[in-house]
Amino acid sequence: MTGVVIIGGGQAGGRAIEALRGNGFAGAVTLIASERHLPYERPPLSKEMLLDPASTKIDWVRPAEWYAAHGVECRLGVSAVSIDRAGKHVALSDGTTTGYDTLILATGASPRPLNIPGGDHPACLAVRTLEDAARLRPFMVAGKRIAVIGAGFIGLECAAAARGHGADVMVLERAPRVLARGVPTRISDLYAGLHRAKGVDLRLGVELLRIDGPDDAPMLHLADGRAISADVVVVGIGVIPEDGLAASAGLTVNGGIVVDEYGRTSDPAIWAAGDVTRHFNPLLGQSLRLESWQNAQNQAIAVARNIAGIETVYAEVPWFWSDQYGINMQITGIAGDDTHEVVRGDLDGFAGLLLQISGDRLVAAVGLNAVRDLRFAKQIIQLGGAVSAAELADPAVKLADVAKRMKG
Amino acid sequence: MSDLIALCSVDAVSEDAALQVGHDGRDYAVYLYDGQYYVTADLCTHGPGFMSDGFIEGCEVECPFHQGKFNFITGAPTAAPCTEPLRVWPVTVQDGQIWIDPNTGTVEGAT
Repeated sequence: MTGVVIIGGGQAGGRAIEALRGNGFAGAVTLIASERHLPYERPPLSKEMLLDPASTKIDWVRPAEWYAAHGVECRLGVSAVSIDRAGKHVALSDGTTTGYDTLILATGASPRPLNIPGGDHPACLAVRTLEDAARLRPFMVAGKRIAVIGAGFIGLECAAAARGHGADVMVLERAPRVLARGVPTRISDLYAGLHRAKGVDLRLGVELLRIDGPDDAPMLHLADGRAISADVVVVGIGVIPEDGLAASAGLTVNGGIVVDEYGRTSDPAIWAAGDVTRHFNPLLGQSLRLESWQNAQNQAIAVARNIAGIETVYAEVPWFWSDQYGINMQITGIAGDDTHEVVRGDLDGFAGLLLQISGDRLVAAVGLNAVRDLRFAKQIIQLGGAVSAAELADPAVKLADVAKRMKG
Repeated sequence: MSDLIALCSVDAVSEDAALQVGHDGRDYAVYLYDGQYYVTADLCTHGPGFMSDGFIEGCEVECPFHQGKFNFITGAPTAAPCTEPLRVWPVTVQDGQIWIDPNTGTVEGAT
């Protein structure tokens, strides 16, 4: 078997396949996926699937018939063990090998393990797969006690869903604020307040020492001597790029598989896309590793187009969203350390924008229930971001008009 | 003409954004592009986003939820993750109003 082999069946792998066929690639396409499912979208795992635990809806990238109709061989429940770059074949976990002309690595990222005694307690689960969400769903009821380790997006979305069902929720975070990696302090403080107002027992700046106790009654021991009992422990402390396969094959890896703006690795026959890549973004002039739905989808599409012979640079302003308590947060751009902030609208009322300005440029924005304005902010950033803080702060100035003017 | 309903005044529609109009339990999005009016379903076929909150570029509308795109003239999906077309309705402009027949909407351009 030759043609294109895609390793990894997440959003990136699925969209790469869709775009290969959509852009006229007629050769053999083989998907190697360690999960026993066809590619599906992961955002609902911590949102809709928990908000509506009875729903059977799964957001498949494409239904099974599509893969069959488009001549895609899907080998599910099989992972790649090693890559022989000289011989152009991949050794698989079932003992077989598969040859390739072109390889796409879309191996994604895996939940960071909780590296403390009892961090692998049977009551601990991450939320990365359909099975994880299915395990968590029965706890979305009043009376259940859910301990969330890590106040990142996954943890807080799970907390929000659980509170919506009346479950008791405690969130433990080592950092002094929530969402510390993703948003400015002002937004962190708003969300900390929101979760507390919704009844979450949010503990910031706390150290979890160990977890013990029976399988269905974990006990969490904090550094301050407190012990907390729970029914389930959601571990949301980030992810680690699955770049080991690439590193073992001698590809350039630096906290993610290093790729250029086309998605090429250091081997011209091997491409990579999605969470696993550290990719150069020419729009921003820097290399990034992003854990986002947008990146998984659109970088994969760019890679597929390049393989299909349509030269495509992947250069987008990063964009991300989170839904909590019916409030839609969207984030765009990359903020440095030297930004100052301008607020538009009623940010404290969860209906406004926080714009982050570096020098005389808009570099990032956070929108709360402000999808339209956030989209214009994204466009302004894409167009170079050169707009004065005074203009951005003026409520009489419409971002749509600023974007239109910059576009010329 | 008896099946036509008036969605809105032509003056209410701008090129910058689709206008959301609710009628009989259904939400429509009304667009103005190059002097012509167009109507699609407002709800995205992929997720719970509304085209009337979306971003217009030429004859495409980008959903604010996942930034998938549709051609609002044909309803055809033009950017991932959208794969199912939006329903579109033929428009009649009369007496300064935008009229459609709710029963004649079609979907086309499925991939």
